[in-house]
Amino acid sequence: MTSHVIQSHVAHAAAHGHDHEHEHHDSGGSTVFGFWLYLMTDCILFASVFATYAVLFMNTAGGVSGRDIFELDFVLVETFALLLSSITYGFAMIAAHKGNKGGATRWLLATFLLGAVFISMEVYEFHHLVAAGHGPSSSAFLSAFFALVGMHGLHVAAGMLWMIVMIVEVNRRGLAPRTMTRLTCLSLFWHFLDIVWICVFTVVYLMGAL
Amino acid sequence: MFGKLTLEAVPYHEPIVMVTLAMVALGGLALIAAITYFRKWNYLWTEWLTSVDHKRIGVMYIVVALVMLIRGFADAMMMRSQLALATNGALGYLPPDHYDQIFTAHGVIMIIFMAMPFMFGLMNIIVPLQIGARDVAFPFLNSLSFWLLVAAVVLMNLSLGVGEFARTGWVAYPPLSGLEYSPGVGVDYYIWALQISGIGTTLTAVNFLVTVLKMRAPTMKLMEMPIFTWTCTWANVLVVTSFPILTAALGLLTLDRYLDFHFFTSDGGGNAMMYINLFWAWGHPEVYILILPAFGIFSEVISTFTGKRLFGYKSMIYASGVIAFLGFIVWLHHFFTMGSGANVNAFFGIATMVISVPTGVKLFNWLFTIYRGRLHFTSPVLWTLGFMVTFTIGGMTGVLMAVPGADFVLHNSLFLIAHFHNTIIGGAVFGYLAGFTFWFPKVFGFKLNEKWGKASFWFWQIGFYFAFVPLYILGFLGMTRRLNHTDNPDWTPWLYVACIGAVLILFGILCQFIQVFVSVRDRKKLVDESGDPWNAHTLEWATSSPPPFYNFATTPVVHDIDAFTDMKEKGIAYDRPAKYAPIHMPRNTSAGLIIGAFATVGGFAAIWHIWWLAIVSLVGIIAAFLVRAYDNDVDYYVQPAEIERLESAHLAKLAKA
Repeated sequence: MTSHVIQSHVAHAAAHGHDHEHEHHDSGGSTVFGFWLYLMTDCILFASVFATYAVLFMNTAGGVSGRDIFELDFVLVETFALLLSSITYGFAMIAAHKGNKGGATRWLLATFLLGAVFISMEVYEFHHLVAAGHGPSSSAFLSAFFALVGMHGLHVAAGMLWMIVMIVEVNRRGLAPRTMTRLTCLSLFWHFLDIVWICVFTVVYLMGAL
Repeated sequence: MFGKLTLEAVPYHEPIVMVTLAMVALGGLALIAAITYFRKWNYLWTEWLTSVDHKRIGVMYIVVALVMLIRGFADAMMMRSQLALATNGALGYLPPDHYDQIFTAHGVIMIIFMAMPFMFGLMNIIVPLQIGARDVAFPFLNSLSFWLLVAAVVLMNLSLGVGEFARTGWVAYPPLSGLEYSPGVGVDYYIWALQISGIGTTLTAVNFLVTVLKMRAPTMKLMEMPIFTWTCTWANVLVVTSFPILTAALGLLTLDRYLDFHFFTSDGGGNAMMYINLFWAWGHPEVYILILPAFGIFSEVISTFTGKRLFGYKSMIYASGVIAFLGFIVWLHHFFTMGSGANVNAFFGIATMVISVPTGVKLFNWLFTIYRGRLHFTSPVLWTLGFMVTFTIGGMTGVLMAVPGADFVLHNSLFLIAHFHNTIIGGAVFGYLAGFTFWFPKVFGFKLNEKWGKASFWFWQIGFYFAFVPLYILGFLGMTRRLNHTDNPDWTPWLYVACIGAVLILFGILCQFIQVFVSVRDRKKLVDESGDPWNAHTLEWATSSPPPFYNFATTPVVHDIDAFTDMKEKGIAYDRPAKYAPIHMPRNTSAGLIIGAFATVGGFAAIWHIWWLAIVSLVGIIAAFLVRAYDNDVDYYVQPAEIERLESAHLAKLAKA
């Protein structure tokens, strides 16, 4: 086929060096749009597990139900940690748009810490439940509870890992267009997880504690 | 150290498996030796395996699909011959536990590893060309999707020699697929193969949706996109909306099997029907994902070979959209017997029947396109005409089964098997094969041999009826699916006929491979210098065959649905632009392949509970991804002088042709 073409072409490009930076192309818009589409697939993933929870939450197999185990005060604190982290991420984006590297880093760190508070509280809650004999193997309700809340938790943990990477990137490379695109994607991801959590808080905890 | 994996996992005692493995090993060694002998490793690595060119990736998808077609069809031949032999109390040559793996593997392979990659291959090659784009929106992601598919294919085939495959049927319903009734690794192979390929599929769909919406030639309106691009777009909408449901269903089944959760178990309050609902909420859209692009191919073929504009272009697009929507609200017809009550069944039954309306619209559009056209009976047209008859029959038996009362009788009988093969072979497969012949010259620069193509069609077409009409009859006679041996003299003759049909289809497949072989041999005679061998309508034909790696030297300007016909009529199709501008292109990368390799190892480790290796693989995937994310050398510019050189060569060829 066109192998000779491409080969000559690779040599050609190498000879010219890389004088064109990636940032010269306006691919950021496509990236953010693509990421948004990915988030919608993630949304359907959550919807499927929500549906499963809705079908199974009454199947307690003679064990505990939500009313017996949910501690709303605790979860409320957890929820506020996550909601607050959305605000701090917003501040990080404002600072980034102003080109304020230090500000962006500090707000990202604050977001990370709030995420860590959320995750720690969730791990504590899970540990507490398992220790009390209400692990995911006990009943379909607890299986669905651990899977739904745990899947959200894994997403948050992945977001935190990504945040560390972004903090390093911002400090090393500044707020170049590519970095801004990635910050925007992470921002979408983080706010999306917030929205999902609001649904979890409402459907699982509030309605479950009724 | 190695989890559940021991040397006993290799099925030494199964002669059929061992002979197959020996043949695969010999074939693999021969291939490696040949590549080494011809010193093609470097070429293979730089030009293909690490390529991010959508055309190359598309070709690799189709190669995978054809290889898996051979394996899936070998499974089919074994099943048909087993059932022809194991009648009147005979036991045949396949013991039940092996037979059960075969029918499961056949279904999984044909849907996930044959039809899907074939469809994605054609989509990869053609869609960017049809919309005047240089590549897809995210070329690296495209490569990654492909290598995730390959990872899944490797896992799927490893199950043949290491351990076992699922014995559950391709749907893997719990509680049978739960740990209690399937304690082996078969279902785990199933889960991880589907999960990994499913992630690749979702990423591909996201990629192509962004490509179609953001990368089109700026002058091309949405309602001017070629019909194949439109049907692929609808299919991609279905992928992004339905594949996450499969991801969820498999994920929950994984939790049941690995961590003792109780989603679908018989005890602990689990509900197996939840899995079945989730599975088909993906599974039904999936069949439309397969068929919609095929509808697009038939539309392109019919309008090209009648020399007419497609009749009812807009209604085709809307009909596809309606099919996509309705495809999402009919999943329950796969289990009317669940017992959800008359009203629910009536809703899903009627919704199912309604799908025949937009499908009928399409059929009439094709007929009206042919009407008063000058139809050239090339092999793509034969596939299309064969489809129009065969698919209509399959559609009608589908409407019949959409009647809940009838379905209670026909459920899980061979009537159902005949129905879905009728639609998937007569619809999707015929479509892909039409597309294969139709676009082959675009990809390789020479046409396929027509004689062998037509022979292949007739063997497939006649073989199809011989193979599947008996299954309709057997369904009425009360034979259920997934039987290993039978003892009913009324069924025996029909089982023989079905086996003969399978042999005829085998000849059809052989003709196809001979067709490719003969065409490669005679490529000088079949060469197409024009880039437009069929006098076609759309932009993919406006560039050379094979297209230059940058597709179009200048971005095409679109004024019409049939953009290239419009250019040819205005006499501007082959005009040389005043000046070439530098073209921005992505650089090849091995990151996709590396991540795919880690996914293969990780999947294998998860199947065999080798946890340290699974963690290493996960870290490897993340690391490879990060390295790629911080690689600054991902693109370059093609300089005008080089474009000038390539385009001049093409124009010189055109002048000769």
